[in-house]
Amino acid sequence: MNFGAACKFLMTIYINRETNMKKTIITVVGKDKVGIIAKVCTYLANNKINILDISQTIIDGFFNMMMITDTTNAEKSTKDIRHELHQIGEEIGVSIHVQHEDIFEMMHRI
Amino acid sequence: MINIFEVYETNKMIEHENLDVRTITLGISLLDCISDNLETLKANIYNKITNAARDLVSTGKDIEELYGIPIVNKRISVTPISLVGGAACKSPEDFVEIAEVLDECAKTVGVNFLGGYSALVSKSMTQADRLLIESIPEALAVTDRVCSSVNVGSTRTGINMDAVRLMGRTIKKAAERTADRDSLGCAKLVVFCNAPDDNPFMAGAFHGVTEGDMVINVGVSGPGVVKAALEHCKDSDFEELCETIKKTSFKITRVGQLVAREASQRLGVPFGIVDLSLAPTPAVGDSVADILKAIGVEHPGAPGTTAALALLNDQVKKGGVMASSYVGGLSGAFIPVSEDQGMIEAVQAGALTLEKLEAMTCVCSVGLDMIAIPGDTSEETLSGIIADEMALGMVNQKTTAVRLIPAIGKKVGDSVEFGGLLGYAPIMSVNTFGCERFVNRRGRIPAPIHSFKN
Repeated sequence: MNFGAACKFLMTIYINRETNMKKTIITVVGKDKVGIIAKVCTYLANNKINILDISQTIIDGFFNMMMITDTTNAEKSTKDIRHELHQIGEEIGVSIHVQHEDIFEMMHRI
Repeated sequence: MINIFEVYETNKMIEHENLDVRTITLGISLLDCISDNLETLKANIYNKITNAARDLVSTGKDIEELYGIPIVNKRISVTPISLVGGAACKSPEDFVEIAEVLDECAKTVGVNFLGGYSALVSKSMTQADRLLIESIPEALAVTDRVCSSVNVGSTRTGINMDAVRLMGRTIKKAAERTADRDSLGCAKLVVFCNAPDDNPFMAGAFHGVTEGDMVINVGVSGPGVVKAALEHCKDSDFEELCETIKKTSFKITRVGQLVAREASQRLGVPFGIVDLSLAPTPAVGDSVADILKAIGVEHPGAPGTTAALALLNDQVKKGGVMASSYVGGLSGAFIPVSEDQGMIEAVQAGALTLEKLEAMTCVCSVGLDMIAIPGDTSEETLSGIIADEMALGMVNQKTTAVRLIPAIGKKVGDSVEFGGLLGYAPIMSVNTFGCERFVNRRGRIPAPIHSFKN
């Protein structure tokens, strides 16, 4: 790890501890089409959900997008956000999941 | 930070490979409910369970949503009822009344099974133990969600053959009493040797007397995930094969640990153990038999099966132990017949026999599980099969169990249908040579020499 990456890593820990940040992972899987990111990002912006990181790729021929988001300032409950994003997914023909980051941290980090 | 491929891997396990948390089991001590008045005892039990487990199901659902992982069952285990009811129950009918209260509790709080209608008689039986065992066939017939277990042996005490004989009779009676439902009563009755105090899985769960007032135990599963991982190991050597199982087991168990910790915090109940078992369901792709096939046997039961299962069981434990702070319960691979599509196919193909299953139970957790046999099997033969399985547990210092279903009116070639998680099972043939003189001897088989460790 270089110095910059180390600083970024330490900052992340610091921010998480200091602000008790609620990090949520949003995944979008489906057939690629115009406007998927726009639609999801608009919803997030309207609901005061901050995007910390975003990445996308094609796995097994399907469009896969992952967003690491901060829901600390969101006014809606995680449950409502989950249901509304699920509905948006159905409208545009993709599958959207909203999960707490801990399940991935636990499974892939010792 | 988590990357997209790791997220994809986790979600693929959940969505396509049947990764789930099989059960959150809330253990509740009923020792403080004891009264010598049956009505008071029943009221105490009802109040304690319905209060303690009030939020169990809703909490389970919340955790499911939070992490996006299915938690299939929410269940309750209680202190063995022979201890709780001893002072108040003077007849088997009195014990049945307690079973009905337990069933009502399970329905009120919304759990699908409640375990602990049990007696621990590995050395000898009290009058209460005997009455409870005699009440089991009726109790399982008049309730829907109550599960029963009886521990008849241990490495430290030997095997209580009087109890083994009584259990052969009890299983037969339970089958007859529920003959109209494919002898379903027997699917809720387990005979144990070396029963663990903290097993979260049904039908053998009970809240042991070494436990505190309440505890959260979690059972993880995921045979489909192991099988999918092994698809990349078709031609690999044993080292790579074992490493793959170990890594997968680690990942599965971590999810169990996360759920256990969260449930414990939310319910304000101490975390007990994670049981890192590979528990199959009748669903396609959720099968331990399929793992054995992926390792390299044509069907479970083929030569090599016992070695393959031994390897699998050991790697599951090695991977899982590091993933959780406390591991317990049964922890290993389950090989029930009716709950595993691959095992059913192996029986139908003629590859798997009762004797081979017995050999397999020497190297994995649990024992002869959910096996349907002809309804005319004698109670002495049942006792003989139980004695054999208990001997394996006693000598090998491991838990073994027997959950046999002598399906009344059915013979080899027929099948029984239980539905849901219990699945269906083809009737397997049983060795019918006699063992009456052996099982009718009184007393107990002494503990083996290697149990004297002090």
